[in-house]
Amino acid sequence: MNCRSEALEVSVEGRQVDEAMLALLHTILLHRSTGKFHYKKEGTYSIGTVGTQDIDCDFIDFSFVRVSSDELDRAIRKAVGEFKDAMGNGTDGMGQISLEFYQKKKSRWPFSDECIPWEVWSIKVNVVNLANEQERQICREKVGEKLGEKVINIVEVINRHEYLPKMPTQSEVDNVFDTSLKDVQPYLYKINFQITDTLGTSVSTTMRRLIKDTLAL
Amino acid sequence: MDSDLSPQDKKDLDKFIKFFALKTVQVIVQARLGEKVCTRSLSSPTGSDWFNLAIKDIPEVTHEAKKALSGQLPGIGRSMCVEISLKTSEGDSMELETWCLEMNEKCDKDIKVSYTVYNRLSLLLKSLLAITRVTPAYKLSRKQGHDYVILYRIYFGEVQLTGLGEGFQTVRVGVVGTPIGTITLSCAYRTNLAFMSTRQFERTAPIMGIIIDHFVERPFGNMGHMHPCNYRAPGEDEGAYNGVEDSQEVCTTSFSTSPPSQMGIPGKEGGVPQQVPVQPCHGAQAEHGRVSSCPPADHVPATPSSSGEDAETSSRSVEVKSVSPCDVLETTFTRKVGAFVNKPGTQVTTASLDLPFAAFAPRAYDLEENDPMVQPPESPATSSPLQGSLHSQGSGESGGPAQDDFVMVDFKPAFSKDDLLPMDLGTFYREFQNPPQLASLTIDVSSQSMAEDLDSLPEKLAVYEKNIDEFDAFVDTLQ
Repeated sequence: MNCRSEALEVSVEGRQVDEAMLALLHTILLHRSTGKFHYKKEGTYSIGTVGTQDIDCDFIDFSFVRVSSDELDRAIRKAVGEFKDAMGNGTDGMGQISLEFYQKKKSRWPFSDECIPWEVWSIKVNVVNLANEQERQICREKVGEKLGEKVINIVEVINRHEYLPKMPTQSEVDNVFDTSLKDVQPYLYKINFQITDTLGTSVSTTMRRLIKDTLAL
Repeated sequence: MDSDLSPQDKKDLDKFIKFFALKTVQVIVQARLGEKVCTRSLSSPTGSDWFNLAIKDIPEVTHEAKKALSGQLPGIGRSMCVEISLKTSEGDSMELETWCLEMNEKCDKDIKVSYTVYNRLSLLLKSLLAITRVTPAYKLSRKQGHDYVILYRIYFGEVQLTGLGEGFQTVRVGVVGTPIGTITLSCAYRTNLAFMSTRQFERTAPIMGIIIDHFVERPFGNMGHMHPCNYRAPGEDEGAYNGVEDSQEVCTTSFSTSPPSQMGIPGKEGGVPQQVPVQPCHGAQAEHGRVSSCPPADHVPATPSSSGEDAETSSRSVEVKSVSPCDVLETTFTRKVGAFVNKPGTQVTTASLDLPFAAFAPRAYDLEENDPMVQPPESPATSSPLQGSLHSQGSGESGGPAQDDFVMVDFKPAFSKDDLLPMDLGTFYREFQNPPQLASLTIDVSSQSMAEDLDSLPEKLAVYEKNIDEFDAFVDTLQ
């Protein structure tokens, strides 16, 4: 099965990184989250209700909608915070944060479960430094418009209705959905990032992840 | 086409489409209420949350949507549209966007109604939630208040996009294939808003003065088929005048065929009620087009090309008067009296006017009094002929150029900030824009000194002759 890969790119000022990433990641997760499944004895299931919430950005002229789930929001903010820290403060830089939706495929012991991605969203971020308040004001508006375009792009991709994992049985639900949250149920996802410093060399987190996965045995 | 669909599936599909249409309307209208929307996630289903989304149902909106549908469903050739428009407190209105729920003939017969179609409709509603925050009308709706409100209208049938002006853009929210056709949800939005940036709806000091006659409790009166998304009573900190002035300025900018007139001499209605002139705009500057209150039958949007001044007898609430800039410079001037004004024009001074830029006018007045160019200081008496010739002072008549005309525009020089300094760059620039000429460089001064020199020459010669011995001795020392 081929993994669907979508790329987005934004140029933002340093202090806009958090909000821009949250806006895009939450927009994607809004579409990739359902209500909690409640399986019934006959093999059918009912689905909980997903609430939504408007969020206004402080540093960007933009508002977005996210799933009403503090747990999910905390998890995304944590990942974005780590990305921001890795990007450094105030200096120009480039980085890429990726949101990967995957399915788990159970393997026999001693092998760990295989994670098979079925959709990957890569958001490339260029951080720019601005000289004065006037430029920052223009940047606020421009980035807001750009994020609007990215939301439209995301919606366009999602509404192509391409591959989605089949709705799982009760025993398989943890292979498809993240059931750890108490109010919503997003598809299994992970967030990775790569930082490109100004010299152009790339510091990848893939090695780290590989080692982590191996140690999870 | 329908023969492949089981009766149960057909019934389910009709129900899905009906409730999808109703929820679509709710999402759109609620996104234009001007407030942030927040609903809770519930892990256990309540059974009443269609498409597993917590979307509240505003009863009036549901009622309007059902009324528009009249028992029908959106289908091929029968589109359901939600039109969002803006209406100012002065009665001007403008269509902002039209959301269309349509169906075309492309069928997907293999798709499962109760599962796939339902989930895809749920996804489409989520997309609608996201897209409604992205179109330009969202920012406008967040700032609505007593200056303007956002209205909605639901209609069924053919899509009407002519009111959106030229160059409107379309964004497709999504599509869902069903066995009876493909449901498409899209939005066409006006792009003329680009120059009506949201900043223009913020409370900023007006460039043109506008008189507010009165504030009507329900200024929006008969809105016909339009319904307010949310009309809130004014409760803002800043004065109502500014907001309405802004919207008027924006509306006039968008509705008149010519650029707005440059300046006016406003007065607050409460302050000087009788003295404010009703002066028609100059011929060169077109009148500001204003559409009188909406006709009751249909929602008729004001198009950008509309012009013509309607004398609103109910209130001369918003008027822009223009006078030539040089009028302001004079310390006294006669107010022009417009038609229907009983009181004769009076001589008034700038000081008695309640000008928004009074800071500049009196300053000009003061400067004229104290300006050395206009009233130069007297020439000091020369203490000695030598001194007199070398240091001739007294500018005599003013040789400086007349002060430039004031331009009654809030002067913001480039790169200057509205700073906290008592003298900002703008003030500095104004004050030192026309410095007095150097006394020694004026022609009058030089000619006068020459005349004086000539007159004093015989005296000087006499003195030199008397002291000729001293001079000779001095010359000897040099040799």
